[in-house]
Amino acid sequence: MKISRKEVEHVATLARLNMSEEELERMTVQLDTILSYVDKLNELETTGVAPTTHAFSINNAFREDEMQESLPVKEALANAPKENGEAFVVPKII
Amino acid sequence: MNSYELTISQARTALDNKELSSRELTSSCLERIRSVDDTVHSFISVTEKEALQQADAADREIAQGTVAQLCGIPFSLKDLLCTRGVTTTCGSKILENFVPPYDATVVEKLKEQGAVILGKVAMDEFAMGSTSETCVFTIPENPWNPGFVAGGSSGGSAASVAAMECLGSLGSDTGGSIRQPASLCGVVGLKPTYGRVSRYGLVAFASSLDQIGPLTRDVTDSAMVMNGISGYDKRDSTSVKQDIPDFTNALSEGMKGLRVGIPREYFGAGLDGEVAGVVERAIQLLRDAGAETVEVSLPHTEYCVAVYYLIASAEASSNLARYDGVVYGYRDQNAESLIDMYRETRSNGFGDEVKRRILIGTYALSSGYYDAYYKKASQVRTLILNDFQKAYESCDLIISPVTPTPAWRRGAHADDPLALYLSDILTISANLAGIPGLSVPGGFSSDGLPIGIQLQGPHFQEEVLLKAAYNLELGTELGNRCPEI
Repeated sequence: MKISRKEVEHVATLARLNMSEEELERMTVQLDTILSYVDKLNELETTGVAPTTHAFSINNAFREDEMQESLPVKEALANAPKENGEAFVVPKII
Repeated sequence: MNSYELTISQARTALDNKELSSRELTSSCLERIRSVDDTVHSFISVTEKEALQQADAADREIAQGTVAQLCGIPFSLKDLLCTRGVTTTCGSKILENFVPPYDATVVEKLKEQGAVILGKVAMDEFAMGSTSETCVFTIPENPWNPGFVAGGSSGGSAASVAAMECLGSLGSDTGGSIRQPASLCGVVGLKPTYGRVSRYGLVAFASSLDQIGPLTRDVTDSAMVMNGISGYDKRDSTSVKQDIPDFTNALSEGMKGLRVGIPREYFGAGLDGEVAGVVERAIQLLRDAGAETVEVSLPHTEYCVAVYYLIASAEASSNLARYDGVVYGYRDQNAESLIDMYRETRSNGFGDEVKRRILIGTYALSSGYYDAYYKKASQVRTLILNDFQKAYESCDLIISPVTPTPAWRRGAHADDPLALYLSDILTISANLAGIPGLSVPGGFSSDGLPIGIQLQGPHFQEEVLLKAAYNLELGTELGNRCPEI
């Protein structure tokens, strides 16, 4: 096994996902299949190969720090599941 | 003839000659949507009122004189392009009621040119899929044979164009999501070079791979839409400051002086015989048009699916962390603590495929596994990129199939995600390498399902692809074909 049920449970916690028993079972089998397949990459020797995170090199995109209009508060809050007119409202944290 | 049957270039001429108004053209498309969308199921939302207003505005502009090329032309948009004031769902319950306060840059560009937006079309949830079957709201059918998939993730875009519900559509391509549905539905789909088109306002899936592009009924229209959407945008720091050619200038007959590479790895086991036959014929058409053909090798092709599903999932797990029920989108209202709200919101808001990729991505980036998975995949990505660079030393473009098979029946891979992932093997590399790729109709299977031809080129060489596609279209005469619906 490439990944255990316990590890899937741990990763789900990191990703803030709840999993039912049935989902955990299924995801463990599917993730195991996928990770076993991905193991194929170990056939290749990659010592010293630079990783690519961007398909071609671009330099840092700097710009002047200029004042610009931003989204009005009302519009920014328009999609909020819960708000109080000036802020997003979430369940109590402490 | 109904005006919805016109290509963009034909409609442009008719509009400019005042033989047709944009209101007539738009009404014709809206009528077409009413009559066939019960069968095709492309649209998640139709914005009829706004579309007619945009058409009237276009007609006023046309009456005053010269207009932009896309003025008055009706489009559909994949439902992950933000549209100000119009719901943008990304095919997901978690964004079911999301109404963006701004337009994506490409939408802004279409509007500035006076284009008409008919509505938003179906896609796999968060663009993760190859069939559009994970869309929560509607699942598009293949217009050539309902019961078969339209492909994905831009399945609604391809189906709406093929069914002639619109003249063109914008989709996005992270691992083949424009080219594959274009191939399965018999239309032209172009994934531009990474950075050619601004991604601002595109709901992000895998930011180093995502690119927006056109789906159209012929190659000329593809070039026209590319003219309308390309260019640097200060709001997307990965968009590139490059001169934008007039892409329609590339559309000329004859392939003399061009070398077409045939990658042996793309013609291996698992390739359907009819697909192979259609590609062989296309190669011959390009030879007949004067092209030279050379065999090339892309030796790391067999690793691209593994690389892709690690990198795309890793980026997705990070991008989708924003869906937490706080600022926009769905929120589970029953949770009492903040953490529970995050967990309930995400668990109820995301579908299975999205969760699966978030889990793979989170795992690949997690402590102790990062080097073995994410870093390893990024290193092999370099090898794939190098393969293309080497291949382009001996050719100007590469020809291949788009998918190993024509469209398959709905539900065929429901319990086997890996089998479905493997069907993307021929399109994924272009995203990993950031190069442009195009799918143009090449023929049909014995079941009457379309089969596309894929053309890939070096960075920023979309013109070479458009030229070759144009020559193929002259040979196959498969531009602007419509199935019986």
